[in-house]
Amino acid sequence: MTDATDRPDPVEGTDPAPHEAATATPARARPAATAPDRPADSRTPRVAFRDARPPSGVPVFEVGGVSVFYGDHEAVRDVNMTIENRQITAMIGPSGCGKSTMIRCFNRMNDLIPTARVTGKIRYHNEDLYGRDVDPIEVRRRIGMVFQKPNPFPKSVYDNIAYGPRVGGFKGNLDDLVEETLTHAALWDEVKAGLKRSALALSGGQQQRLCIARTIAVKPEVILMDEPCSALDPIATAKIEDLMEHLAQEFTIIVVTHNMQQAARVSHRTAFFTSDIDEAGVRHGRLVEYDETARIFSNPSDQRTEDYISGRFG
Amino acid sequence: MGSGLLDEDTAAALPEGRRLEGRGVPWRERLFQLGLWASLAVGVVFLASLLVYVVVEAWPRLDLRILTHFPDIIDPSNAGAQSAVMGTIWVIAFTALYCLPTGILTAIYLEEYADPHRWYNRVVEINIQNLAAVPSIVYGILGLGIIARGMGFGQTVLTASLTLSLLVLPTVIIAAREAIRAVPQSIREASLALGATRWQTIRRQVLPAAVPGMATGSILALSRAIGEAAPLLLLGGLAFITFNPSGLDSPFTVLPIQIFNWISQSRAEFISLASAAIVVLLVILLAMNSLAIWLRNHYSHRW
Repeated sequence: MTDATDRPDPVEGTDPAPHEAATATPARARPAATAPDRPADSRTPRVAFRDARPPSGVPVFEVGGVSVFYGDHEAVRDVNMTIENRQITAMIGPSGCGKSTMIRCFNRMNDLIPTARVTGKIRYHNEDLYGRDVDPIEVRRRIGMVFQKPNPFPKSVYDNIAYGPRVGGFKGNLDDLVEETLTHAALWDEVKAGLKRSALALSGGQQQRLCIARTIAVKPEVILMDEPCSALDPIATAKIEDLMEHLAQEFTIIVVTHNMQQAARVSHRTAFFTSDIDEAGVRHGRLVEYDETARIFSNPSDQRTEDYISGRFG
Repeated sequence: MGSGLLDEDTAAALPEGRRLEGRGVPWRERLFQLGLWASLAVGVVFLASLLVYVVVEAWPRLDLRILTHFPDIIDPSNAGAQSAVMGTIWVIAFTALYCLPTGILTAIYLEEYADPHRWYNRVVEINIQNLAAVPSIVYGILGLGIIARGMGFGQTVLTASLTLSLLVLPTVIIAAREAIRAVPQSIREASLALGATRWQTIRRQVLPAAVPGMATGSILALSRAIGEAAPLLLLGGLAFITFNPSGLDSPFTVLPIQIFNWISQSRAEFISLASAAIVVLLVILLAMNSLAIWLRNHYSHRW
């Protein structure tokens, strides 16, 4: 399953039918909405869905007309979406569709790439995230990030957790904070005997949970996760998913994933991205459909979403 | 045992051409290996015979007097090289003091702050590469003209260490840059994503991880500086110094100059004296290189 979704190029690969679908113009983008009676033999993965909580009315992010450029290349074009408070929002789509690029806009990690440029508006609690007076350091303290490959610092478990608070000028009892954080991340029992041991000695799954713990140690409001389980085995993945579910009670989580079943299992809302080719032959990432997860996976309104989740391409 | 699948004659029963036996290592491959060993031997044999030759030459004078006595032009049988050993230590210590901070800060700028697309950063980059290839005698001329005469520091420890700093600076910068570059980008991203500033990231993550590599590279660069005679010959001349340096403004001699000095004497005693000084120099170099290797093995990070 994971392998199938890992296939690199949805547009240039495979058979012509999905190719057509992927390059379809927005004009014919929503034909399926008029066809609710989907045949029962649809190859949509059968999983239990999480009900989206009713929109709280307090969106955390409002994304309006966002495009991301790398140099002259428009990697992501015209994304519009709203991220709800304390929900898990999944971003799915084939490789190269711009979902990782998009998630890195939310904490201004794209600033670190000299050629990257973001246009459009991202409002974070009614504040322009890319406003002139906004300090990216401050943004990243509120909006944490977990990366694809576990990347603990080559330091002790304790120092990994304490790093964020320390650089943020935390005044208080670090020992308590570390214990509280690790307990919160369901990692305390596994590491309490070896807090001074190197974090690199932990297993991959533990390292990734340590990275999540490290992120929540600075008490952010939002956690961005860029394919947090792609380097992990199924058991470690399940633990991370449990943790995400648990953390969603307090944090707003946005997760990029290649694994559609993971999106279906953990998220409340799902955004499907794909890439299409414009008249000049240049590929752009696009947000195709964004809805409650249950609806995306059982009754998507766009043919391309339907094709992707049923495994017909990507 | 002895029955079923592993019966010995099952192999024999296989038709010819299906066996696993190969035709052995082809002669080309053997020849290639032989070539590899031969080239290796050239280096090792030369070095070993050089060492043996020097030690044999130095044997009559290889005792502590080389360290405790001062050079003596009248009575070589009781002379030593203490002033040169002390001079070497003084010069190299101050060289390290000048070139390490400068080199490491330059490397940090070039790796972490400089935008490689800007023309002035590219100019700096090309300059450093070229400086590393400039012959050391040119640095000697530079030191003599600008530092000794132009700045008026004279032929002193200060001038010598500044000149040697310039000489090894490109090497230090290149080594430090490589060490910084070896720190994975994911570590920087992790730090920045936690709300650390760029400086905090460099100070708390990049530098600690890069220190072993920087130290190794820097020590090797300083080893090179220790053995340099050419630039210092221009600076210190062939001055016959029979006292230890007393400060930065003190005249000096260093081991390579002292060795050069003695070798050019005609009496046989001076030749063994020079060989003994070579042994001392080699011991210092080997000690420094061992320190570099030890640092690399003990503090290197595995990601």
